[in-house]
Amino acid sequence: MAKTCWSPPSVADSQSERPTPGAGETLLRVSGLTTKYGAISALRDADLHVNTGEVVGLIGPNGAGKTTLLGTIAGLLAPDAGTVVFKGDDITGAPSEQLLRSGLSLVPEHRRIFVDLTVEENLKIGGFTLPKADRPALLDEMAEQFPVLREKWTTPAGYLSGGEAQQLAIGRALMSKPDLLMMDEPSLGLAPLLVDVVFDLIDSLRASGRTILVVEQNATRMLAAADRAYVLRSGEVVAEGSGDELLARSDLFDTFVGG
Amino acid sequence: MTELLQNLIDGLGRGSIYALLALGVAVIFGVMHLLNFAHGELITVSGYAAMWALTSGVSWWLAVPLIIVVSIATSLVIERVAFSRVRGASDFTLLLTSFGVHFVVQAIFLLYVSASVKNFPRPGWVSNTYSIGSLKVEWFDTVVILVTLITLAAVTYLLQRTMFGLSLRAAAADFDTARLMGVNSNNVIRGAFALSGLLAGIAGVFWLMRAGQTQPSAGIDPMLKGVLAALIGGLGSLRGAVLGGFVLGLAEVVLRSQLPDSIASLTEGVVFALIALLFIFRPGGLITVAHAERV
Repeated sequence: MAKTCWSPPSVADSQSERPTPGAGETLLRVSGLTTKYGAISALRDADLHVNTGEVVGLIGPNGAGKTTLLGTIAGLLAPDAGTVVFKGDDITGAPSEQLLRSGLSLVPEHRRIFVDLTVEENLKIGGFTLPKADRPALLDEMAEQFPVLREKWTTPAGYLSGGEAQQLAIGRALMSKPDLLMMDEPSLGLAPLLVDVVFDLIDSLRASGRTILVVEQNATRMLAAADRAYVLRSGEVVAEGSGDELLARSDLFDTFVGG
Repeated sequence: MTELLQNLIDGLGRGSIYALLALGVAVIFGVMHLLNFAHGELITVSGYAAMWALTSGVSWWLAVPLIIVVSIATSLVIERVAFSRVRGASDFTLLLTSFGVHFVVQAIFLLYVSASVKNFPRPGWVSNTYSIGSLKVEWFDTVVILVTLITLAAVTYLLQRTMFGLSLRAAAADFDTARLMGVNSNNVIRGAFALSGLLAGIAGVFWLMRAGQTQPSAGIDPMLKGVLAALIGGLGSLRGAVLGGFVLGLAEVVLRSQLPDSIASLTEGVVFALIALLFIFRPGGLITVAHAERV
């Protein structure tokens, strides 16, 4: 598959009335977050923050709690302890519909596009919370920014390739005009060439000023793409730093190759 | 040939009502993964409303919107009182709840109204016919088929061209992801029950016009037809539900006309045997749905 002709969409105003913190200021702060499945703690006392304009990676081996952390922030899982503060508001345990309206959007693991809906319909549902009048312009913007999708505008999404589906999932999430875009394993199950496409997208989104929190098992690629990253292991945040700092840590080597 | 055409028209008329009932069942199954055995109670309740209105001198012209409104309201009340309390529970719990609603509604009418059949006047034109060559066509079947086609076109528009329809289809495919898109689960589920009530109401108008009576167990037959048609078409598929309705209607009419008189009373049994045969070869029904997520 050819490399996408991606050029970043503008960072449009969020649909949230609450102003977005300025560049470099804290957009998301997670403190002491603990999430359990029954008696098992999948996430323990996790702390992290994301500043406006940053790309932050969450890396770690299988079962480290990365998806649980993202799911708890996104309101899909109820935390047992801790707080999530977004744009200064405590959003801990808020339902995902409300979080979307406040400017937080998730590209879920395995993309989870609606396979029976067309590409256009998938994008439209991404802008479900927007005023009706705003949707056409955003759809045009997505069609322009994702040429691959424009070519398959009326095709049911189930017929898209893995790379196309990932672009659709990202485009769908961007339709809500998020302040923070969260991605869960965006390169999962993709061929190496398509993994390049996904990381090119992340680079382009960063260049456009987007704030992104990415869960990724491909640790070395993620560390190269991210401004900062957190390393999770067995449900705990065990390290934080820039890509170079973390790659230099020999004690984390198994985390990187394990990914 | 004439007999075949006659059966086709009769079958389409009968199948139209089944299609509307099945579509209502399929809409609820799509968003909640609930096979709603209480669907027929919408006709029971609206049947009593029609009986009270018609025996009080209200005309059928006013009874028609009344039946539809009562059906929608009943559907929403059942969702609020019963199903909203078990949202997210297992499929089995939802199924048992629907049976519970079915029996409770029957019991209410048994206890507080009467166990006996209540008759009401049918519209005069229901049995009128007109001829096309050697074919004798009932005005009733003609109206039923036309109204069903208009209703199906309107429902198709609603589902394909509106954001509500889009959210309903997205929720039916993957409810959790639809919520991530900001789709409000309460609104979608209530909307689905309202739509299901509307479809049952329209079907109920024709069912009651034909029957001219109601009783506490009046909902059983339409419920069975709706659920069966939805199963035949492929549970979770809206197109399948409509197809299943027409197939069931046609099968009943054709079998009734073709079976020898001595076993004509076994038509329903033969239909069930044929359905069982269908499920041996196509367990998922005529249109197989790959996925049907539940709330």
